[in-house]
Amino acid sequence: MKKTFTINVDGHDHSVSSEPTMPLLYALRNQLGKKGPRFGCGLAQCGACTVIIDGTAVRSCVMPVVAVKGKVRTLDGLSADGEPHPVQQAFIEEEAGQCEYCIGGWIMTATALLEKNPKASDEEIRDGLAGLKCRCGTHMAILRAIRRAATEMAS
Amino acid sequence: MSGGHEMQTRNDEFTIARRDLLKGTAALIIAVSVPSIAFRGAEARTATRTLNPAQLDSWLAIAEDGGVTCYWGKMDMGQGVDTAVAQIVAEELDIDVDIVDVVAGDSALCVDQGGASGSSGVNRSGAAFRQAAAEARLVLFETAAEKLEVPIDKLAAADGVIRVNGNTSKSVSYAELVAERLFNAPITWNGRYGNSLTLEGRATPKDPKDYKVVGTSVRRKDIAGKILGTTEFLHDVKVPGMLHGRIVRPGAAGARVKHVDKASVADFPGVQVVVEEDFIGVVAPDEWDAIQAARKLKVEWDTSDIGFPTTSEELHDWIRGAEPGKSAVEDDIGDVDTAIADAARTLTVEYEWPFQSHARMAGAASLADVRDGEVVVWTDSQKPYDTGKGAKALLETPIGNRRRNKPRYSARSIWKPGPGSYGRSDAGDGAMDAVLLSEAIGAPVRVQWMRHEGHAWDPKGPASVITCRAGIDGDGTVTAYHFHTKGFSRSDQNSRENAPSEVLAGHLVGHASSPDWRMQTPAESYRFPNKRYSWDALAPLRIQASPLRTAHFRDPYGPEVHFASESFIDEMAFTTETDPLAFRLARVTDPRDADVLQAAADLAGWEPHATPRRRREANGNFVGQGIAYAQRNGSVNAVVAEVEVDPKTGRVWVRRMFVGADHGLIINPFTLDRTIEGNLLQATSRTLFEEVKFTREMVTTDDWVSYPILEAADAPLEIRIEKINRPELDPRGAGEPTTRVAPPAIANAFFDATGVRLRRVPFTPDRVKAALG
Repeated sequence: MKKTFTINVDGHDHSVSSEPTMPLLYALRNQLGKKGPRFGCGLAQCGACTVIIDGTAVRSCVMPVVAVKGKVRTLDGLSADGEPHPVQQAFIEEEAGQCEYCIGGWIMTATALLEKNPKASDEEIRDGLAGLKCRCGTHMAILRAIRRAATEMAS
Repeated sequence: MSGGHEMQTRNDEFTIARRDLLKGTAALIIAVSVPSIAFRGAEARTATRTLNPAQLDSWLAIAEDGGVTCYWGKMDMGQGVDTAVAQIVAEELDIDVDIVDVVAGDSALCVDQGGASGSSGVNRSGAAFRQAAAEARLVLFETAAEKLEVPIDKLAAADGVIRVNGNTSKSVSYAELVAERLFNAPITWNGRYGNSLTLEGRATPKDPKDYKVVGTSVRRKDIAGKILGTTEFLHDVKVPGMLHGRIVRPGAAGARVKHVDKASVADFPGVQVVVEEDFIGVVAPDEWDAIQAARKLKVEWDTSDIGFPTTSEELHDWIRGAEPGKSAVEDDIGDVDTAIADAARTLTVEYEWPFQSHARMAGAASLADVRDGEVVVWTDSQKPYDTGKGAKALLETPIGNRRRNKPRYSARSIWKPGPGSYGRSDAGDGAMDAVLLSEAIGAPVRVQWMRHEGHAWDPKGPASVITCRAGIDGDGTVTAYHFHTKGFSRSDQNSRENAPSEVLAGHLVGHASSPDWRMQTPAESYRFPNKRYSWDALAPLRIQASPLRTAHFRDPYGPEVHFASESFIDEMAFTTETDPLAFRLARVTDPRDADVLQAAADLAGWEPHATPRRRREANGNFVGQGIAYAQRNGSVNAVVAEVEVDPKTGRVWVRRMFVGADHGLIINPFTLDRTIEGNLLQATSRTLFEEVKFTREMVTTDDWVSYPILEAADAPLEIRIEKINRPELDPRGAGEPTTRVAPPAIANAFFDATGVRLRRVPFTPDRVKAALG
């Protein structure tokens, strides 16, 4: 049975009509027109769907709409006033990713991590990225980009 | 014919009333690059004319503001190949690369250059665009000479403006010269569509020594939009009336549909169930409804003929005992059998490689609209031209008495970026699913494979057992070398989804599969007095609709074959108490091969050693270095891997990689580095983690837990690359060649570290612990 839910995404309240158990991902993509969170597995195993809810990286493919509390940030809303987020800027400069299908997950996870702890060590960064998948094998450039972003955000 | 589309299929060529086509479907134009100029290129093509490879206008357009659009019949998978094409065009035309836009892979706008294939994006399609751009420049200069009334040799161009030498008052821009937006100039082509398409003209392209844009690190044109989340991927395409489709798969390979209880999903609003023979799909307006209905649909399966004659555990023994379907000897120098029989010592070992999954970030997706005699398919397939042809063939081809008197279709395929592509993935299969559902429903249907389909039902890289034999004489010289692959063909499914026999949906509705026999032997320049390369190809474990059907997976058979061949080169070196680098350098006959070997060794600080060193860190972990090299279609690479092996956990970590890389002429050093890194890490993942497992009924590795891949914690600390530029050669392609060198380099490093040889991929912790005792 579909119900109406109000969720706050990228700074705006939105009305979403769905079954309570529908994962947030489908609301973001099909009802709010977001492109950043992507379907990869539907099992919280790859991270392509990652959004930030109240500062924490969350897999939107398994988060039921009814359980969404707090402010949701997506890749689409990460840049402010047309200015890329420092993490996005670093990913652009390093040309991190190849096909870029997974990249939103890495960017959102890294953003949540660095906004909490911009002085994260290399080991903390690698640990914080556990579970994220990149099939193109671009981990070297992604790690360079996150280190670059960390330097920028810590300064 | 419907609406404003006047589309006739004539051989492989479309004749299109372009003004109408573009007027009606402007939103479909692909913007690969900077949004502000992306649309201009499409406008520049609104004239009504043929998409004809023999016309310059089919390749390039110049807009009123001077922006140049390339209509490219390949596509980029994130390695910056479109940017490289833009660089080549900017170079020949003497314009800023920022104003060059690349429209990719729309069968209505771009000549078929074969799609992404065999690392040929830069070398083959780049060569065609170099010629097209040089020809365009010549035509522009000739027109300018007439207009300015000066001899052509008095003209020079910069930034899209042609000036008269020594006379600053006289100039004309490219944009002004093609005011009617058409070159109206012929160009000669070789009459062959696809990878082999070449262009010739009157113009001579620039001498590479004069290059200013080619060879520089221009940034990937697509990157910002994808990082900022503004680029439209295939998955974001929505059209009016679009419905969501999901496919229902059996739990056992080969299970056939006995009965479908459509009423079991009647509760879902607007749901429709499509059944044709063994193909079952569920379609609904709401995506979540479609997902749930596909899970809930009650299907009775006929399991009288299911599964495989073996399991992943017994697979390699099964391969050893199997009767080959086809055998061949590809190289045979001297008399290997006699030399081995006469040798003082012999060395015989076997190497095993499992089936591996493409396992893209998301399973197949596609949007298809089959209505009124027209099929339009949006796809991320790297062979979109074949997706369109395949859709048409699937719709029109009778199966026995079924599917007779179906309408004829015109087909258009539109490529959009998706979750990577490393060969013949599931993309073409998903597209045909969408085509069948749209045909049945009469509305546009978007299909998304779920994770279990992407892992369990996608095409696989082939499994093999490779046997290597060497004869060694009394003074330790290798006199004979025999390399023999026995395994599954690399293409049960063609690399092009252009026929119903080549796609899963085709099999499910009743078209017979037609597996091909294709194998691979090592690509190197080693000289041995007696040397033979041979193979036995096996028929598929299951012919129809098999989740183990093989198809090209990045560097088809490259990792499998070179894991064995370059491991065995090491084994021959150590058996004859020779340093593995010295052993190779003494036998390679192509100087480019020696150069990359030396470059990788120098970067790594290679120390000669004729026995494994078994070095240990303070924490007790073993550390070692190994080297490997291979050629591929004119590229050649060597890599030294440095691995750390934890004997307690069995974890193998590739800490560093040092690469000597020769890909001919370098177009873009920055993106080349990243392309090499991607090759190495994906291949490292395949070496350490990846194995498709299956029971006698079904593939059981159907998600990222059962089929793990390399993660951030497994990434090396450092990859250093020495790129050898060869301006005297063409660019030779970099999308695959460094994939094949990583597995043997890792295996050889493991041997140096531990003194133990791993001959079965993947090097999982359990196997490592077992090997180390």
